[in-house]
Amino acid sequence: MTTPPNAPPQRNIDIKPATPVVAPEPVSAPVADTEPIAIRAQGLDSWYGRVQALKGISLEIPKCRVTALIGPSGCGKSTFLRWINRMNDPIPGARASGTLTLHGDDLLSRSLDVVELRRRVGMVFQKPNPFTKSIYDNVAFGPRLHRSFRRADLDELVENSLRAAALWDEVKDRLKSSALGLSGGQQQRLCIARAIAVGPEVLLMDEPCSALDPKSTASIEQLIRELETSYTIVIVTHNMQQAARVSDRTAFFFEGTLVECGSTDRIFTNPANKQTEDYVSGRFG
Amino acid sequence: MHSLGARAQSTTRTRTPGEIVAAATPTSQVGRRIVDRTFLGVCIAFTALAVLLLVILLVSIWQDGHARLSWQFLSAFASRKTEEAGVRAPLWGSIWVCVICAVAALPIGVGTAIYLEEFSKRSRFRSFIQLNIANLAGVPSIVYGILGLTAFARAFGTANSEDPITFGQPESFFYLQLPFGHGVLAGGLTLMLVVLPIVIVSSQEALRTVPGSLRTAALALGATQWQTTWNITLPASIPMIMTGGILAMSRAIGEAAPILVLGVPLFIRSTPTNLMSDFTVLPLQIYNWSMRQQSGFHELAAAGIIVLLAVLLTLNAFAVIIRHRLQRANG
Amino acid sequence: MPHVAEISTATSRAAAANSRGTARSRAARIGTERVIRGSLLACALLSIVTTFTILVILLVQSASFFAMPQVSAWEFFTGTTWAPLLGEEKHFGIWPLIAGTLLVTSIAAAFALPVGLLVAVYLSEYAPSRVRAILKPILEVLAGIPTVVYGFFALAVITPFLHEHVSESFGTFNALGAGLAVGIMILPIVASLSEDSLRAVPRSLRDAAFAMGGTRFDVSTKVVVPAALSGIVASWLLAITRAIGETMIVALAAGGLASMTFNPAHEVQTMTAYMVQIFTGDAPAYGIEYKSSFAVATILFVITLALTVVGNLFLRAFREEYE
Repeated sequence: MTTPPNAPPQRNIDIKPATPVVAPEPVSAPVADTEPIAIRAQGLDSWYGRVQALKGISLEIPKCRVTALIGPSGCGKSTFLRWINRMNDPIPGARASGTLTLHGDDLLSRSLDVVELRRRVGMVFQKPNPFTKSIYDNVAFGPRLHRSFRRADLDELVENSLRAAALWDEVKDRLKSSALGLSGGQQQRLCIARAIAVGPEVLLMDEPCSALDPKSTASIEQLIRELETSYTIVIVTHNMQQAARVSDRTAFFFEGTLVECGSTDRIFTNPANKQTEDYVSGRFG
Repeated sequence: MHSLGARAQSTTRTRTPGEIVAAATPTSQVGRRIVDRTFLGVCIAFTALAVLLLVILLVSIWQDGHARLSWQFLSAFASRKTEEAGVRAPLWGSIWVCVICAVAALPIGVGTAIYLEEFSKRSRFRSFIQLNIANLAGVPSIVYGILGLTAFARAFGTANSEDPITFGQPESFFYLQLPFGHGVLAGGLTLMLVVLPIVIVSSQEALRTVPGSLRTAALALGATQWQTTWNITLPASIPMIMTGGILAMSRAIGEAAPILVLGVPLFIRSTPTNLMSDFTVLPLQIYNWSMRQQSGFHELAAAGIIVLLAVLLTLNAFAVIIRHRLQRANG
Repeated sequence: MPHVAEISTATSRAAAANSRGTARSRAARIGTERVIRGSLLACALLSIVTTFTILVILLVQSASFFAMPQVSAWEFFTGTTWAPLLGEEKHFGIWPLIAGTLLVTSIAAAFALPVGLLVAVYLSEYAPSRVRAILKPILEVLAGIPTVVYGFFALAVITPFLHEHVSESFGTFNALGAGLAVGIMILPIVASLSEDSLRAVPRSLRDAAFAMGGTRFDVSTKVVVPAALSGIVASWLLAITRAIGETMIVALAAGGLASMTFNPAHEVQTMTAYMVQIFTGDAPAYGIEYKSSFAVATILFVITLALTVVGNLFLRAFREEYE
């Protein structure tokens, strides 16, 4: 689900006059020099028609780490996520300016091949959305679009993708049966397997657990931690505990601006910004 | 290597999905883009073809028929001389059967829809009726013609068609005879059978758009099921019901096959005066003219089509106006 | 805010007013309700009566047709000569009529099913909303045109075109002209029903496919169309049913010669066209030709009913999947 572009600002916050509502200079701790950067945004602005959804976002996302984007509804975190694989393109009036790069490649360029980009950047959505096909065909769908495989290779790919999504043991005996017969949590892991099977570098997750029960949520969260070793993961979440549990770094968005970004430990224990503190302590949002 | 590789517990190293993908032969990106573009081109081409066919249809009919359009064409009866022929009888015949069809089909259709949506429980009986209606919608209209012929025109052979039982005087509007023969009443009722499934289904859809909370509110005030339907549900859904009803009437006006089966006379030089009057309808007159090989008749048929399409257009304009009026009245 | 005392005054006044009103008799209310429920049930039962009466009429008349000494059921169901009117030797083999119907319907289907689906895919997956807003009403206009108009179009435009530009062998009446006109007639049915099915496929499936790097072609043909398949098949079956039962177009443009041919340039007679021939002709009401048309109607009814039932099953399967 996209965040509605014209969503009203969240309910009123008790702001002392001394604290500016919009932090003009986001407190963004740089990623340690030794860590390679996967995605880099600089002064990223975005609009839906006349509504500005993102205001000057500058953010670095490290490779093979989990970065959580948090903030109240309509704060722009989903918009930011969807620029990384250009899923905003079909939305009428959606546009962006500034810099957004993936390993140095300009993601906002008009000449960018979005099909190739999306092969490199996988996405998992809010609600599990398996195709009305068999489990096998769901996983094989993406790879078949981009490459031609020998049968054995495709079988191996499906198996390894399902293993990577910790689903193989549960479904190995019914690969040919419909994906819709799986439980909600299994479906979401299938969607992760499906995204992995394309061979991406980055996995975007847009509130991947919001439609799941606590048990399934726990299994997805554990999976995210395991996948971190191989993939750069950006996860949008409403759930602060989840951000604290799964992410290495956390970025707090508010009304289209990046308020603060840093290591998850620091954001949750010692935020530099008053708004961040209010949000992570559950005082609003 | 991620931790899951170890889970496989094999001696050979498990390839990651990324590695397997990288090893496979990439399909041509350019090729994929060409396929994508070509497919869009094909879609647009065929959509354009559909529009083009409509344009050709309308233009060719206009070209064939517009020269024949005149006041005289509307006010004259059919004639062997093409230059004197007109659509007076079929035009009035169409109006008569359409009104009869509407008077019969709307109450029965809406009543059925109300029964199914508001009064019947989700039972086997209800789904049986529902299934039956869905299947009736697929019955060819010519089969309804046979039903109309047997049931209305001949009264199942119970009464002698040559010597009908009569009620009242032929001069009276309410003149009635049994069996009905091929008069406007038989025609209108036959068309009612044809459009009934359409009226029922569209009325059901209209009733379904009324939120259940409105009904619950009325019932909670102690209203009976019928009071709720009459005062709350029906007024809220009337614009949609009327739109559906008018759409069904358009269908009825365009039907020729069932009327043809009734055995109406081909050549009529009078307008209906009572429910038993002989009649013909526009589509049937168009059919008769189209079948004539002699010169001049094709132009008549085309002009008749223009009149028929104009009638349908007027009817649909009414639908739009009614919908607007009622929607505004309902707020 | 009104004072508490005021409220209590108002309440007691309202109660007083209420008790002054004449209480409606409970019996009368229940009686009215029952009468209304009964009339509504009668309306609903009319549809059952309709089906039942159609069945009885067709079966009784067909039975009396088969009871005639000149007719054998074996010949009717296996015979390949249909010659009910000409000469002394009458033949009642249904296959030429079925072949004619099949030929016209196949031509219509070959045109309308793929084209209708492509139009539906374009409308649902590609067309900008502004284009859609123009195309939808155009399809509605096409769907609202009476079939006799398509019949005239076949006779006055399509057939002369075929004769001039395709082959001299196309006569005034031919299967291709009629079939194409029937195809144009059912095109909007396929397009709008299929489009409804395509649009019912959840947005999230498209998002998933796009996010994996699918092109619009990939998404439409490999995800959306397969997901909507049962709805599309239903639209096809219902459109074919309409084509088989279509009467005026074939009566005008296909001709009146019942023959076992699959040559689209030939004149053919469909089941419905035969019925028109009998009912507009001078066949005596209790003669054998007249009764034969009821036997033909029975076959037509059974075929269309079977297709409608299967079509509705597909439609229900589709709805259960997405609603």
